[in-house]
Amino acid sequence: MLKSKTIKISLVGNPNTGKTSLFNVLTGLNQKVGNYPGITVDKKQGQCKLSNTVSGIVTDLPGTYSINPTSIDESIVLDTLLNNQNEDYPDVVVVVADIENLKRNLLLFTQIKDLEIPTILAINMADQMKSKGISFDKETLERELKTKIILVSARKNTGIEELKEAIISYNSSDLSPVASIAYRMDHEFFEDVKLKFKDKHSLYKSWLLITQHQSATFITDEEHKIIHEFRSDIKKIEKLQHKETVLRYSVINEILKKGYRVNRSEGTDIRAYLDKILTHKIFGYFLFTFILLAIFQSVFNLASYPMDFIDTSFAEMSSYLSSKLPSGPFSDLLSEGVIPGIGGIVIFIPQIAILFFFIAILEETGYMSRVVFLMDKVMRRFGLNGKSVIPLISGTACAVPAIMATRNINNWKERLITILVTPFTTCSARLPVYVIIIAVVIPNKMLYGVFNLQGLIMMSLYLIGFISAIIAAYVLSKFIKTNEQSFFVIEMPNYKFPSFKNVFITVIERTKAFVFGAGKIILSISIVLWFLASNGPESYKNAESLVKLQQIDELNDEEFEQQLASYKLQHSYIGILGKTIEPAIAPLGYDWKMGIAIISSFAAREVFVSTLATIYSVESDEQMTTIKERLIAEVNPTTQKRRFDLPTGMSLLIFYAFALQCAGTVAIVKRETKSWKWPLIQFVGMGIIAYITAFITYNIF
Amino acid sequence: MLKVADMLVGEKGIITELCLENIPLNLLEMGCLPGNELELVQLAPLSDPLYLRIDNTFLAIRKETAAFIQITKI
Ligand SMILES: Nc1nc2c(ncn2[C@@H]2O[C@H](COP(=O)(O)OP(=O)(O)OP(=O)(O)O)[C@@H](O)[C@H]2O)c(=O)[nH]1
Ligand SMILES: [Mg+2]
Repeated sequence: MLKSKTIKISLVGNPNTGKTSLFNVLTGLNQKVGNYPGITVDKKQGQCKLSNTVSGIVTDLPGTYSINPTSIDESIVLDTLLNNQNEDYPDVVVVVADIENLKRNLLLFTQIKDLEIPTILAINMADQMKSKGISFDKETLERELKTKIILVSARKNTGIEELKEAIISYNSSDLSPVASIAYRMDHEFFEDVKLKFKDKHSLYKSWLLITQHQSATFITDEEHKIIHEFRSDIKKIEKLQHKETVLRYSVINEILKKGYRVNRSEGTDIRAYLDKILTHKIFGYFLFTFILLAIFQSVFNLASYPMDFIDTSFAEMSSYLSSKLPSGPFSDLLSEGVIPGIGGIVIFIPQIAILFFFIAILEETGYMSRVVFLMDKVMRRFGLNGKSVIPLISGTACAVPAIMATRNINNWKERLITILVTPFTTCSARLPVYVIIIAVVIPNKMLYGVFNLQGLIMMSLYLIGFISAIIAAYVLSKFIKTNEQSFFVIEMPNYKFPSFKNVFITVIERTKAFVFGAGKIILSISIVLWFLASNGPESYKNAESLVKLQQIDELNDEEFEQQLASYKLQHSYIGILGKTIEPAIAPLGYDWKMGIAIISSFAAREVFVSTLATIYSVESDEQMTTIKERLIAEVNPTTQKRRFDLPTGMSLLIFYAFALQCAGTVAIVKRETKSWKWPLIQFVGMGIIAYITAFITYNIF
Repeated sequence: MLKVADMLVGEKGIITELCLENIPLNLLEMGCLPGNELELVQLAPLSDPLYLRIDNTFLAIRKETAAFIQITKI
């Protein structure tokens, strides 16, 4: 009988065993990415064709060493596997193990096996067996572990078909547990557990429900009570958890003795050699600084060409359309609202993509863990954790995935502080703002013949970002109190040559999510802005006669048009709004037009540029000019000097460096801290800092 | 008997004792258990954190945790 059918598959395994690589091989680019810009959320899902009639939905879960969650990241795995009412509850679990670390990987495997869900063991990195001197006896291990074993290499694309076949026939899996260690841990205790839960769940599942830190959502009130009772002696639970681990390892050791051998005679690998340099007490830090500088430099240099091209193309497209289309509100909306709006997004695709590319490379090679190792002691001084370095670095691309990356910090206080300070780092949404303002107010000249002044300012802004993150962390660590112990354990994975397929997919996925996520906001804001800028109350509608009345001297047509346009803008809804807030921002050196741009960019910073673009294109009828030219041409009507002069420009730069203008960040902080308290504190705190520092800056320059 | 916190770079030993209350569960889960071989691979500045090899797993822990793991040298 031919009936198409869908199997739900979860990929589970230790960190770095190649789950995501395998996921990429199985699903290709058919991935559904999360609902926030620029991230692969907690779990990624994708479609996969298993055979002509059967398809699969694959879920890629975060790596975990065991089913006992020690961080938020890991509790996702437990939630998925325990709650059989969950829509993601798998039909079959594929445990992805690394051939080199089989022993450690089997710990998680035996736990999952004990849940009595259909389980397949995929042993990855088979391509490395020879070079690492590993031999193993598949039949014996299959028998002992009561599972189907498939040797795969996600990198070399081997064993994939076999894995698909095994998935299709998941129904024939042996469901019996391998370790059943419950009674060996503490007979009396588990008799009690069995009695109280009345055999509703398997014994191991009941045990996991007890050890869960946050009580699961899918259990009855009665069960909550039972769990609570057992948890009253938390020391005992912890002891039992330790005992469980020890027992499981002894079971695994016995099994592996029968069918797995490593000949460690192969000379030391590249690890020892590279670690000597990369984690060196002095060179290590130099190299790290150098790598960061090199990345930021190349992001600017490489991206500037496509950016200039995009900027001029969009300006031309606008003027082309407005000259070809019959004039009217639709043509105006297109050429003054939509196109400049989209241009404002597209223009920074190159920078984001290049930045994501480098970050993906750092992640792929295994270098990030070395940085964590080097930085832990330093970071701890400031109330952070070595692992905070990764969010701070990837925050230079986008704070949203960076804040999600804090999930593997086990200590709540250190994690919270990292979340709160990550938005200080210069994310790519600030770049378009910086780029345009620097280009307008900072002369493009060389300093001492070597430093480009514009580049230097950009560099300083990055530094300001990092330094203020660190200072803020220090201050926060004095206020946030905790008595939770801070533990730090991080695996140092093998160095790997980056898989370009993985890097490519990461870059495409993250850029896509970013552009579409931010794109929606920018586009809708552009349209709203355009509407508000081209409509207004009475005085707007009668603009023509009012301007004529005001005129004392005779004006030629062109001058009259200009007067009219700027009068109209001032009396449009947006003009009225801008004028209203002008007193508040005048001390920082901004006029009402910038005020509008700042307000609208509270949803997303990059909107600043497209807002100015929209405002100016509403005002001027000259379409050919790029945004930059428009800003330079803008004059202050009272002083007749350039509107974007040095003090105003510097003040804007500083304001954008500090203010938390990003709806995505606020939403993710709310989600990760589970309260409005922290995003609110963050938003207000950063806003106050931004206002004060911008005020000081304006008055210095 | 020697505390891991007092080892020198390059020294190896067999783990003999752990003070369970002061060791995070996930360190055990990564294989830090009595009977396993441990080597100090590298130290960060100020001897903290420590970069260890336990059997086939390479990991880093802080000095304060390393004080609760004992080995006998081999
Ligand atoms: N040699 C070899 N390397 C592989 C193979 N599969 C994956 N890798 C590499 O192993 C590293 C980790 O791969 P990932 O797919 O990110 O691992 P993961 O399990 O998703 O990691 P987490 O999400 O951190 O848990 C990457 O550098 C991959 O390129 C393989 O079959 N052979
Ligand atoms: Mg992954």
